[in-house]
Amino acid sequence: MKTTAILTAALLASTSIGASAETLRWARAGDSLTLDPHAQNEGPTHTLAHQIYEPLIIRDMTGAFQPALATDWAPKADDPNVWVFNLRQGVKYHDGSDFTAEDVVFSITRAKSENSNMKELLTSVVEVRAVGDHTVEFVTDGPNPILPSNLTNLFMMDKGWAEANDSVTVQDVEGGQTTFASTNAMGTGAYKLVSREPDVKTVLTQNENYWGKDQFPMDVTDIVYTPIQNAATRVAALLSGEVDFIQDVPVQDLGRVGETEGLVVKTAPQNRVIFFGMNMGADDIANDDVEGKNPLADVRVRKAMSMAINRDAIKQVVMRGQSQPAGMIAPPFVNGWTAEMDSSAKTDIDAAKALMADAGYADGFSIQLDCPNDRYINDEAICQATVGMLAQIGITVNLDAKPKAQHFPLITNDQTDFYMLGWGVPTYDSEYIFNFLVHTRGEDRGSWNGTGFSNADVDAMIVSLASETDLAKRNETIQSIWNVVQEEQLYIPIHHQVLNWGMTSAVGTEVSPEDDPKFKFFTMN
Amino acid sequence: MLAYIIRRVFQSVLVLLIVGLVAFSMFAFVGDPVDNMLGQERTQADIERLRQQLGLDRPFIVQYWRFLEQAAQGNFGLSYRQGRPVAEILMERLPATLELAFVSGLLALFGGIALGIFTAIRRRGAAANVIMTLSLIGVSLPTFLIGILLIYVFSVELGWLPSFGRGEVTDLGGWTTGFLTASGLKALILPAITLGLYQMTLIMRLVRTEMLEVLRMDYIRFARARGIREKSVNFRHALKNTLVPVITITGLQLGSIIAFAIITETVFQWPGVGLLFINAIQFVDIPVMAAYLMMISVMFVGINLIVDMLYFAIDPRLRVDRTAGGH
Repeated sequence: MKTTAILTAALLASTSIGASAETLRWARAGDSLTLDPHAQNEGPTHTLAHQIYEPLIIRDMTGAFQPALATDWAPKADDPNVWVFNLRQGVKYHDGSDFTAEDVVFSITRAKSENSNMKELLTSVVEVRAVGDHTVEFVTDGPNPILPSNLTNLFMMDKGWAEANDSVTVQDVEGGQTTFASTNAMGTGAYKLVSREPDVKTVLTQNENYWGKDQFPMDVTDIVYTPIQNAATRVAALLSGEVDFIQDVPVQDLGRVGETEGLVVKTAPQNRVIFFGMNMGADDIANDDVEGKNPLADVRVRKAMSMAINRDAIKQVVMRGQSQPAGMIAPPFVNGWTAEMDSSAKTDIDAAKALMADAGYADGFSIQLDCPNDRYINDEAICQATVGMLAQIGITVNLDAKPKAQHFPLITNDQTDFYMLGWGVPTYDSEYIFNFLVHTRGEDRGSWNGTGFSNADVDAMIVSLASETDLAKRNETIQSIWNVVQEEQLYIPIHHQVLNWGMTSAVGTEVSPEDDPKFKFFTMN
Repeated sequence: MLAYIIRRVFQSVLVLLIVGLVAFSMFAFVGDPVDNMLGQERTQADIERLRQQLGLDRPFIVQYWRFLEQAAQGNFGLSYRQGRPVAEILMERLPATLELAFVSGLLALFGGIALGIFTAIRRRGAAANVIMTLSLIGVSLPTFLIGILLIYVFSVELGWLPSFGRGEVTDLGGWTTGFLTASGLKALILPAITLGLYQMTLIMRLVRTEMLEVLRMDYIRFARARGIREKSVNFRHALKNTLVPVITITGLQLGSIIAFAIITETVFQWPGVGLLFINAIQFVDIPVMAAYLMMISVMFVGINLIVDMLYFAIDPRLRVDRTAGGH
């Protein structure tokens, strides 16, 4: 025990002397929930894991694919149900053991297991098999053209390490167990874990034997990660020079940070679109004052509501310019997004009033809007602005804003008729949106579709996307589904969120749309 | 005496059980932990499975009984958020809160008594009036605002003190302390002032009022008339007699300093149990919330029990057998 303490102290001392100039002190609102790479499918958890572990393929800081532990990948020539991945040779884990096909098979099997939170991304994978030491085949239950985009957060663990440390299975919180892998980490990544106190501080140091040492800037040699929950304190820590890099800069502080000598704010559109959903499926809804029928079931009412919302005003007043008004519920870099649809939302109060009158609601109606107050940027303020805008066409909105932990169950349990939701698309493909938000609510799909929308033709088209290998044809189907979504005004899009990172001017990076800095790409001057 | 103590202990346990019951009936309104635990890609089947495994589908009375059963065996379960034993997490975080509460308590007690005496003795002086006015601000400004103001002045503008965290801590075998390093001590200053300010103004006002009261007493006049030195009158005779209620209040306030550290800890990212509790609420981490609430109520009930017993020892009137009728 004593020797380990001395060793740790020596290690700490040597790393801090060796490269004090390039230590990056990093703060964001939340901490990683666990070090087990397959236990949580959540932003801050993946961000930390990305420094220590690596998947086969990653997205770089602009969101583009980049080979990581796989060098190339393609569907097998004679079997469309198989993807072949060639693995990078000569990669070693932090403990010196080799990265091989065995590890991939082990990690994917682990990620598919009962307790894994990543298993939904691998539902199409039937089998993973090693073909030689550095080739792996993924067998899917049908052709899966977008399998690679599901693998960018699936980290590769060392089979030997997991077995030696009793961490073969993913942690089972409900079963009451803690595992070695949830408090320790050992991957192939650019940084090694030095120490970690959950919610307090995590220290990482550069992996001297990293395979990509010469391919990436790797200017950051040490990382000290501190979650700072309070936004004002986080900004103060950057202003006072106690940290070098923060995520989640509140919009009201952007000016303050940007004007400070030696600090910069960088901005980019985030992979997240904010919109309203409406319960159109029910015959009558509980949270309105119309008896015996459901005003939201009429597409004219839904269109009128969308027309009443002034997205530019929300951008200027509520978001202080930090948003991009949206006309469809797909972020701009997602396959299936079109500029035409995204700019289709127009504010027109007169036309909206006419539509309301047409639908028989010239005098309007009243309805409850459910809104989160701690999930999206200025979420409650957006809803408040919407209340005023909908009042212009006679709709009286009663706003009920709650913490996210209470808001989201309303949507998944069908207890809300008018709600706010935000959606990110980790696969960068429209199928992901359709599966969760457009398909009829059922066992496997439609779990976030709180609209009650159900259309057998659309469902069939959505299901066909999963196995359509002709990409041109697949994209056509995607467009036809979008046409229905737009015509039906299934959702009322508001805007795409914009991400802001604050940093000292020495730090060089682009802002990634996933809000996940990967520090091997950072430069330090 | 023994009967009295047994009765009080019995009452305390009852209070604890009721607090737990109320807490558990509230958890249903905090939200659904399953949503946070599974992420957005989960299916309905996953939700059902997890709810069942966690026992969330059962009535809260059953959940509460299960909690009590396990807590009696020293098992507070695993945190939904961190996946580690709750008892371990609480023990890890408790030193930070206790050290902060200790420093704030000392600050409040000594600062409050000193200022109280000063404002009582020089009650017509300009300095005393300024202090009294400022103390109004201390009582009325919300804690988070004071914290942010202090951060703004001393961290951002002057750059003297850190804006967050505990600085460097030393591990003394299960107890982490910030008392032994310069950065740890520096990190304590702003949060301790923020947390202790309210109690300090409270104690100051209490001491001042009591002292003014005592100074009007006959025995003080007699002491003065006898020609005893002013210093001796103020500190030996007057102060001593003001301290009894001050000590009672301080004892009771100690509990609230620990319990209300939540806001200060959030503002300063102080890694104590209060911050842990806030995180637990946001994540609907029921095991942590339950254990924290029980811990705080045990603390309050414990302090009250001790105070009651002290009264019993001090005040002979309480020793009258109550069953014999009131007075």
